[in-house]
Amino acid sequence: MMGRLRTLTRRTFLIGSAAVAGGVVFGTYLAKRPVKNPLLTDLQQGEAAITPYVKIDSSGVTLITPRADKGQGAYSLQAQLIAEELDIDPASANLSPGLPGPAYYNGTVMEESVPFPAYNQGAMAETVRRFMHVPAKLLAMQITGGSSTVPDSFVKLRMAGAIARETLKEAAAQQSGIARDQLSTENGFVVLPDGTRLPYTELATPAAGIEPVTDVELRSKSDWKSLGKPMQRIDMPAKCTGTEQYGIDLQIEGMVHAAVRANPGLGAAVESYDATAAESMRGVQKVLPIENGVAVVADNTWRAWRAVDAIDIQWAAGPYPASTDEIFAKIEKVINNEAHRDHRQRDEGDVESALEDGDIFEAQYKVPYLAHAPMEPMNAIVKVTDDQCEIWTGTQIPLFVRDHAAALTGLDKENVFVYVQPIGGSFGHKLEDTHVLQAVEIAMALKGTAVKLVWSREEDMTHDYLRPGAVAIGRGKVADSKVDTFDLSVAQSALLPDWFGRLMKINIPGPDATITTGSWDQPFDIPNYRVTGYRAPTMVPISSWRSVGASGNGFFHDSLLDELIHKAGADPLAERIRLCLDDTSRKVLEKAGEISDWNGPSISENRGRGVAFCLSFGVPTAVVTEVTNTDSGIKIDKVYVVVDVGDVLDPVNLEAQVFGGVIFGMAHAMNCETTFENHAAQQNNYHAFEGMRLYQVPEFEVVALSNAGKIRGIGEPGVPPAAPSLGNAIFAATGRRIRELPFNKQIDFV
Amino acid sequence: MEITVNNTSYTIDAEPEMPLLWVLRDELGITGPKYGCGIAQCGACTVHVNGYAVRSCQLAIGDLGNSQVTTIEGLGTTQSLHSVQQAWIENQVAQCGYCQSGQIMQAASLLSTNPDPTDDQIDAAMSGNLCRCGTYPRIRAAVKAAAKKLQEV
Repeated sequence: MMGRLRTLTRRTFLIGSAAVAGGVVFGTYLAKRPVKNPLLTDLQQGEAAITPYVKIDSSGVTLITPRADKGQGAYSLQAQLIAEELDIDPASANLSPGLPGPAYYNGTVMEESVPFPAYNQGAMAETVRRFMHVPAKLLAMQITGGSSTVPDSFVKLRMAGAIARETLKEAAAQQSGIARDQLSTENGFVVLPDGTRLPYTELATPAAGIEPVTDVELRSKSDWKSLGKPMQRIDMPAKCTGTEQYGIDLQIEGMVHAAVRANPGLGAAVESYDATAAESMRGVQKVLPIENGVAVVADNTWRAWRAVDAIDIQWAAGPYPASTDEIFAKIEKVINNEAHRDHRQRDEGDVESALEDGDIFEAQYKVPYLAHAPMEPMNAIVKVTDDQCEIWTGTQIPLFVRDHAAALTGLDKENVFVYVQPIGGSFGHKLEDTHVLQAVEIAMALKGTAVKLVWSREEDMTHDYLRPGAVAIGRGKVADSKVDTFDLSVAQSALLPDWFGRLMKINIPGPDATITTGSWDQPFDIPNYRVTGYRAPTMVPISSWRSVGASGNGFFHDSLLDELIHKAGADPLAERIRLCLDDTSRKVLEKAGEISDWNGPSISENRGRGVAFCLSFGVPTAVVTEVTNTDSGIKIDKVYVVVDVGDVLDPVNLEAQVFGGVIFGMAHAMNCETTFENHAAQQNNYHAFEGMRLYQVPEFEVVALSNAGKIRGIGEPGVPPAAPSLGNAIFAATGRRIRELPFNKQIDFV
Repeated sequence: MEITVNNTSYTIDAEPEMPLLWVLRDELGITGPKYGCGIAQCGACTVHVNGYAVRSCQLAIGDLGNSQVTTIEGLGTTQSLHSVQQAWIENQVAQCGYCQSGQIMQAASLLSTNPDPTDDQIDAAMSGNLCRCGTYPRIRAAVKAAAKKLQEV
């Protein structure tokens, strides 16, 4: 088994190779050892923590929801999953993200990096995916991301609810002398055969004294009471009354306000600064140097920002090319340069021979660097004393934050406490923690005082870890009105080695899957079909941006496919369906045709429609976009989206995530980019990074199919096909093929 | 300096040029209005001044005079929701929710002056409020539902 796995993993991607190897070498023992229940550590008298997710005392039930909520409804859904088996109303429970702990590792998030496309669910692919959970556990990766909250929690949290329920019943059985299988549960009570109702809150103490009942069976889908039906998000009333408390809203006793100005040349140092003017400004308590920047502590955010603006700082130059043109020149230099080939995960037929002669199509595509720019800017409150460090912040990586703060303060990890807050948007931004560490640095200089650091919008947008810019060259050939040869080369800097290096101090050699995620792994059968990734050097800092590699690759792959289909003279939808090799994906495409009346009367003059498809995070997603070419620009009229996530847990929230993802993808494709001049990001606020406004928003029709065998998350899959669907529609309406994002460099939108 | 927020009067010791947003958030602890951009590009800080939607990041407190300021906290509460908030909850509008205080205040202001807005009027009134999650289709639906609700009252 070990030998076979070693052969198999030799060609796997970076997390795969090192971590799976690590898992095989010493992981079998460690990985099987149960993870300690962190809730047991400080259990008070009268409290029971039957699993790491359920805590009960006399005042009520607390559900632990360890995946961060950044708007995707994760808190609500995690609570619903536990509650479905626990038989409580989740709205009546306390929800808490809990203190971060290794018990809350995310195994599923690692599955994305296996060298098998999602539609391959054969034995070997599934084995390798299972092994990805081992390093996640060993490395204590408590991460929210990769559309993994639902698939990772689906069994785990229902199991937690069921174990808690059966244990409470066992406590009731011991108390009443009636066998457990004679008891039932209902809305927070164990019910005896005579109708006597014992509240969970009163069973907490006896339940804490017995071995948890772990031999439980999950209820079947047909018995679900809430799951699968339209639900109300638990956070909705607070978010509609201004009472949801985000990290930025939190107030800690005696807190002071801090602002920073870090080098816009990302990662470079401060050469010198003069803070004379700032120091005498009203409310300013302290000016201090921090890593690559200067901080001000004041009695109010606005005063701190004004003071930081008044500091005269000399910066060292950023450690990468000064301008966007120079950065893209480096990327273009590596594409189709075999010395820089990172990986070729798809190579079917004989592309070389097919493209030797004849009528060869060739085109170049480009996507820009992009900021995350969530509405809530980065912020953190930190209090450091001689004994401990407390951190209040919205984060997707609480254990990394803890470890980094421990390293910075010199405290033991056990004495660093991260209290995760609700997040006002992230899109991947809160997979980074530079702002938290800045706040720790400042708090170390003000021991005993809580320091709240809030980045200004300008600081936020010019100090982001961006979606990498990328370049692609597509070549192909058609024969007999069909797509015959498809050859896509993609070049960008490697994302995961950067991120793992920065956050986990792990240096893992090997290919970076993200360069071609969303293009190499598409469910099509083309006679000659090849996708190759080329690695550009590390330049500006990059990170995960909603849908990660697929955000650019979705545009590259589907735009090239659309061009070849048009060249073949085939129907864009029919040819995609013909080429599709995966049943679930094919049904998604067919459904998109049905709801958009693709084969009905042709769309009127000056209008056009485009279809695009991308399989990402295991979710086949088809988008049909209808546009009108008006005198003053393109108007997006209507968008049809079909996805397949397997079981739908909450159709209301699913629809919101789908149209939200498509709008996110289209908004950036329309008019957003982050460019560099003099080593600094040029777009520092929303006037220069506009996105979509209400007047531009089309009508939506969203359908979710349930043919897939596995349950999937839906936070990201709407993004990748959005841009190509819009581009393909613009082509259909105007005859203009736009191969570079954002589109508004070449065409206007109304 | 005296200011009136949600029918409560406060004495403030601050520079007259300090934006109302930061007086609310940092001096008074009223955190419903959000900071998003500081340059009137996103609308997350929207409050009502004498009943009209205003970007509180752009209004210096020295210019407030005797004006009445209403924040989302003063519009309605979970126990007693404003029709717009009710429509927002029924339509399950919010995702991250960070921009929604501003969206709701903008919508409430629109409907108080124009109880039956056309689609174009809704677009015009609401397009200064940015949402990065893309909740727009439900914002549109909720504004219409709230208009209907208000007309029935």
